[in-house]
Amino acid sequence: MEIWQDFVQGFEVLRPWFGGALCPLGATLAVIGSIGSLRFPDFYTRLHAASVTDTGAVTVMLVGMAFLSPHWLVFSKLIVIWVFLFLTGPTASHAIANAAHTAGLQPLIGAEATAEKIEVD
Amino acid sequence: MGYVISLILALIGFWLGLSGHYTPLLLSLGGVSILLAVILSARLDILDREGAPYFAAFGIALYLPWLLREIFRANVEVIRACLRADLDINPALVKVKTKSDSDLAKTLFANSITLTPGTVTIEVEPNRLLVHALYEDAAGPMAFAEMDERSCRAIDGHRAKPKGPQS
Repeated sequence: MEIWQDFVQGFEVLRPWFGGALCPLGATLAVIGSIGSLRFPDFYTRLHAASVTDTGAVTVMLVGMAFLSPHWLVFSKLIVIWVFLFLTGPTASHAIANAAHTAGLQPLIGAEATAEKIEVD
Repeated sequence: MGYVISLILALIGFWLGLSGHYTPLLLSLGGVSILLAVILSARLDILDREGAPYFAAFGIALYLPWLLREIFRANVEVIRACLRADLDINPALVKVKTKSDSDLAKTLFANSITLTPGTVTIEVEPNRLLVHALYEDAAGPMAFAEMDERSCRAIDGHRAKPKGPQS
């Protein structure tokens, strides 16, 4: 029992540190996703970079917020938000990709994607 | 009946998790709103195996940790591609066969592919999916076999029957 109380107290001390570390990490992942979606050559590959923001960044940030949550109600709402994002995120990505495909946008395949762009005026 | 009961239980959990005010008045108002929601969804005919898939809850709970691990790995891969000095991506369009035949299992499989960074489902055909991948070698014929197997088992589970080759 003593050990359990020590564990709970230690967790209470470490909680803000975990949260404070994970939230900026998630924000960094979101920035990396944005950098990727600026650097990648065409529409479909940019969608891949955006999905880092959709999954990794969101999950890490929500876990960080869960460590910082003052009450279990906040925690349960964070879980609901996470489930909602994980259900709607791929649906939205698929809708965008499917619309582009239906409209006839051809993806760059293989070496085309990394070839230097030729400027056409 | 199982659909109604599982929806009621899920809504009760949802309400208790969101509200935080447990006075008799608010609890009874919550009960009324849950009842109303269940009656409305029964009238809309959405209380079926896709609207309240309680039978798959256990299977999905087993599937989720594996999916999260895959998402983590794919995230590392794509982050590396984003930050690498020279762009070494090798995008490809591939057709992925799926052996799940229920719509729900197919949805779970296609959503898992889209959720994993580096692969996006573009088109869903009756028994295969058109997938755009960031790296061609990460999307070989066998790359999605395990995910297909696991997502199919998560939804159809015990009811999944071994199927012969069918194209």
